[in-house]
This record gives sequence, structure tokens and C-alpha cells, in this order.
Amino acid sequence: MLRYTINRILLTIPTLLGVAVLVFFMLRIVPGDIVEVKLRGDGGAVTQETIEMERHRLGLDKPLMVQFKDWMVGVVTFNYGISMWTERPVMEEIAIRLELSLEVAILATLIAILLAIPLGTTAALYRDTWIDYLMRILTIGGISIPSFWFGMLIMLSLLAAFNWLPPITFTPIYVDPVANLTQLIWPAAAVGYRYCAVTARMIRSSLLEVLSEDYIRTARAKGVQEKLVISRHALRNALLPAITVIALEFTFLIGGLVVTEQVFNLNGIGQLFVQSVSRNDFTLIQGMVMLIAAFYVFVNLAVDLLYAVFDPRIRYA
Amino acid sequence: MTIAVPDSSIVETAPRPRGQIAEFVRQQPLGTVSFFIICAMMFAGVASELVAPYDPLAIDFTSIMSAPSWAHWCGTDAYGRDICSRLIYGSRTALVIGFTSSFIGSSIGAILGIASAYFGGKIDDWIQRVMDVLLAFPIIVLALVVVAAFGKMLVGEIDINLIIAIAIPILPRVARVVRAAAFSVRVMPYVDAARAAGYSHTRIIFRHMAPNVVAPYLIMLTAFIAQAILAEASLSFLGLGVQEPTAAWGLMLSGNAADFYRQAPWLILFPGVAISLAVFGFNLFGDSLRDFLDPRFKV
Repeated sequence: MLRYTINRILLTIPTLLGVAVLVFFMLRIVPGDIVEVKLRGDGGAVTQETIEMERHRLGLDKPLMVQFKDWMVGVVTFNYGISMWTERPVMEEIAIRLELSLEVAILATLIAILLAIPLGTTAALYRDTWIDYLMRILTIGGISIPSFWFGMLIMLSLLAAFNWLPPITFTPIYVDPVANLTQLIWPAAAVGYRYCAVTARMIRSSLLEVLSEDYIRTARAKGVQEKLVISRHALRNALLPAITVIALEFTFLIGGLVVTEQVFNLNGIGQLFVQSVSRNDFTLIQGMVMLIAAFYVFVNLAVDLLYAVFDPRIRYA
Repeated sequence: MTIAVPDSSIVETAPRPRGQIAEFVRQQPLGTVSFFIICAMMFAGVASELVAPYDPLAIDFTSIMSAPSWAHWCGTDAYGRDICSRLIYGSRTALVIGFTSSFIGSSIGAILGIASAYFGGKIDDWIQRVMDVLLAFPIIVLALVVVAAFGKMLVGEIDINLIIAIAIPILPRVARVVRAAAFSVRVMPYVDAARAAGYSHTRIIFRHMAPNVVAPYLIMLTAFIAQAILAEASLSFLGLGVQEPTAAWGLMLSGNAADFYRQAPWLILFPGVAISLAVFGFNLFGDSLRDFLDPRFKV
């Protein structure tokens, strides 16, 4: 197990370094940078000299390889430089928004998993009845409806029902949990819907598969209560493949969050990312891409390790 | 003693196309429904000029944000433009961008996947490392990075760079699935035979291996049209995809639409329904195609 763990952790390093190299060169393939957006955007006549000065100040006039070296050193030492637009450290810009986005992501995951397990289980147990069909319609909806539009629908329904919209200012959960949740539960539901739908579908199909196994028949034959057969014997084994889906779908969650934060006007990582893309803020884009990729890589790492804990076959393979 | 007569359905080698379609309709009712949704969308996209009641760009200040009525089935937007017509023209935008980006991404991905399986060893390792890196990004995030890097390049009304931006995140996802399928083709005797006959690598990859992974390729192509339409809608919604005044579903939801929750909910309802239906259609058709063609390739 230790060997497997170490190997698996080491495998994340080339991926993350690859992300760093890729994002750096991708942003610089095509000429054009933030200086033009920033200075020409005002519509005023800006001399070439001013542009060159600004480039020099931001370090954009250095040879590409020197910039690359600086970036890679920064990646390894967790120093991502300063935002080219706001002139504040990238880490700081991210840090003040991370709490909000992280909380929405966690809430969405919790909503998804807590709903998906009972939904998927009931659908499997009542296979081909109206409950199952209802579940299927709900899951198909979850896969088809874009999370940002679902968010808009939530807002519309809140307006129609209560003539009320969620607050826009962020209150940390440890300051005022009620104010915090009334703001963040809606975006979490919007991005969590798809997550829940996909997970429930996976639980349903893997539970059906497990229920036809010999050991389930054995358990029933020796007189174990049906409730225990489901919870102890079947569900435990059926949840394993669901974990993979939860990890795979995590990227969808982040992607959905990037767009949905706009709908709810949340000042989180997603909104910052979209802003920095429209401003060509290279340093901020790079920093956030590293963060998102790292998140993805570590969630996958955690899932792989969990899988190995639960399923001994993987450890020894 | 009777001699067992081979069942004709087993012996028959070339499947009759008409029988196959009937079989698909019988086995995949939902897939058939989704196929009709796709057809309707294609018709609206191809024949927009004939179907749409109004010019999608015609601004009419006498009927700004009017509610759905017989004159304007889905109401009008903040410029008095007919929403129904914009939805119909929007299906053209969604299809053109969705199909081309999924086609480019899936095709390059499939070729890389086959090459990866065919060469194996070091080349396989390297291609997989690069794919792993690309897979560490959510589709939207990678597309946004490409948008930031490449900017816009309009050819006619279509933004080529937007298509590339959506195609790149699709590529590694297809490559991974096709590679897995190509591994089982790789060990087939006819591939060895082709190599023994001295055919070039390119010829073996394109003529011998590619035709045998067409099933997963088609499944992924269809399913990723859904993802591409979703990505296009999201990018346009964020203001970084299709630009005004072109009719695009995501764009119709962005900007001022969100300010009119109270006065004009139809501004928000109809474009979202259009996106959801399109994504639903292609997703489900891809799923049914997979179940029908080859249940082994679970995406």
C-alpha cells in the first residue's frame, strides 16, 4: 500500500509540471498582451513609448525563456507573481475568493451525494416502476440542463414565489451561518443538480449489478434481513464505482461553478477567472489554472487512494 | 436425424440497413425521440430563412420586451427582436459550432488514440502524459484559456478560434476512449499481416485500424456535440463566445437578459429550453447509439 501511495503521488508531479508548461506557452503563442487591452482600451492615443514602459514594468519585454524560467521557479516555490491588472499578488487575489467558491463546491458535493445515494438506491430497488421512471427523467434533466440556466430558473422561482433574491454580499459561515447559507445554497443546488443526477444514475446501475451477485443470494438464503442485505452487502460494494464518477464529475462541478458564479453575481474564483480571461491578465490566468488543475489532480489522487483502501485488488495489481 | 440448418440471422454478414433502423427504433425508444429532436434542430438550422417568422436582427422599438403573443410566439427582447426567430437562427449557430468543434476534436483525438495504441511504448507514454495534462482542465476552463490565448478570428460570421477553443478540450477525452478500443484492434492478426506486408504506419493506422474503431468514434462524436453546444452556450453567456448581434442561445441569456427577471421572464425561459433540448437530444442519441452499436464502450 505504501509503495502504491508513493507511486501514485509521484505521478501527479509530471501532470502538474505539464500544466504549468502548457499554460505558459499557450498564452504566448499568439502575440498580444494585457498592455494593449489596458492602455488602448481607454480609447486615448497612447504612444509606443508608454506601451514599452508598461511592458517593461510587467516584465513582458524579457526574453521568453527568461519569463519561462521565472514562471517555473515561481510554480515550484508557490510564488505566482502579481496580477497584471490589479497589481496585487496572484495568491492574494485567489485567497480572498477561495473560501466562497470552495464552500459552494463542498455544499454542491454534499447535496449531490446525500441525495444521490437514496435516489439511486430507491430507483434500483423499484426498478421499472414509476419511481424508477421519474428518477430517469430527473437524471436526464440533470445532464441536459446547463447549470447556469438552472441557476437562473432558481432565481426566477424565488422571485415568483417569495419576491425575494438571495443576498449578494458574502458572509463567512462561522460569522453567520444562516446568512451564509441563504446566499450559497442556491448556486450550490444549481451546480449540484448535474452532479447528483450522474451519481444517482451510477449508483442505480452498479447496485443492480451487485444485487445479482452470488453473495447477495447467499446472504438472503441464510436469512439476513433485506434491509441489512441492501445496506451492508449490496450498497457498500455498489458505492465503489460511484466514487469514480464523483471524481470524474468534479471537473464538471468546477466548470459549472465558473459560469454559474456569474448568474448569482458571486465574487468567487470563477468570476475572477472569467474577468482575467477577458482582460488578458496572464499571471492571474496562469495562477488560477494551476490551482484548478491541482484541485482536479488531488481529487483524483484521493479517489484512487480511497479506491485502493476499499478494494484490495488494486493495491496488489 | 435432421441436419441443423444454420440460422440465417447468424450467417448473414452484411446487416441490412432498413432492418437495423427498425431494430434501433424498437430497442431505443428514447434514442428515437432524441433523433427527431436532432432532426428538428437541423431543419431549423438549415432552413432558418424559411422557418423564422422575422428577421432575427430586425430591431423594432415599437415592441420592446413584449410578452409572448400570436405575433411573437416567444415574445421579444430588449431591442424588440423576435425571440422565436432568434432561437431558430441560434440553432444554426449552435449546430455549426457544435458540430465542427466536436468533429475536429473527436477526429484528431481518434487519430492520436489509434496512433498511441498502435505504436505503444515510449510514444504511447508521451501521448498519454500530454493527454493527462489536458484532462486536468474542465472543458470550460480549457476553452477559456484558449480564448484568452488566441483571441478572435472571424471568418465570415464564424469565429474559428472559438471552434478551436471548444475542440481542444474534447480531443483528450476522445483519445482516451478510442485508444482503449484500438488496443483490441492492435492485436488482431490482420494488423500483423499488414505490417508483414510492409505497409506504412500511416496506411495501417488509417486503412486498417481506423475503420475498426468507427463505432466508439461515432458515439463520442455525437455525445461531444452536446458538450460542444453546452460549451458554446456557456462561453457566449460569459460574453467570450459568439458576439452580438449574431443570434446564439447562450448570448440571449447573457447581459441584459439577467436584469429583466421581473419584467420579462420569457427572455430567460426560451433560450434555456432550446439549449437543454439540444444537449438532451445529442446526449441521449449518443447514449442510445452506444447501447445499440456496442455496449462495451461505456464513456
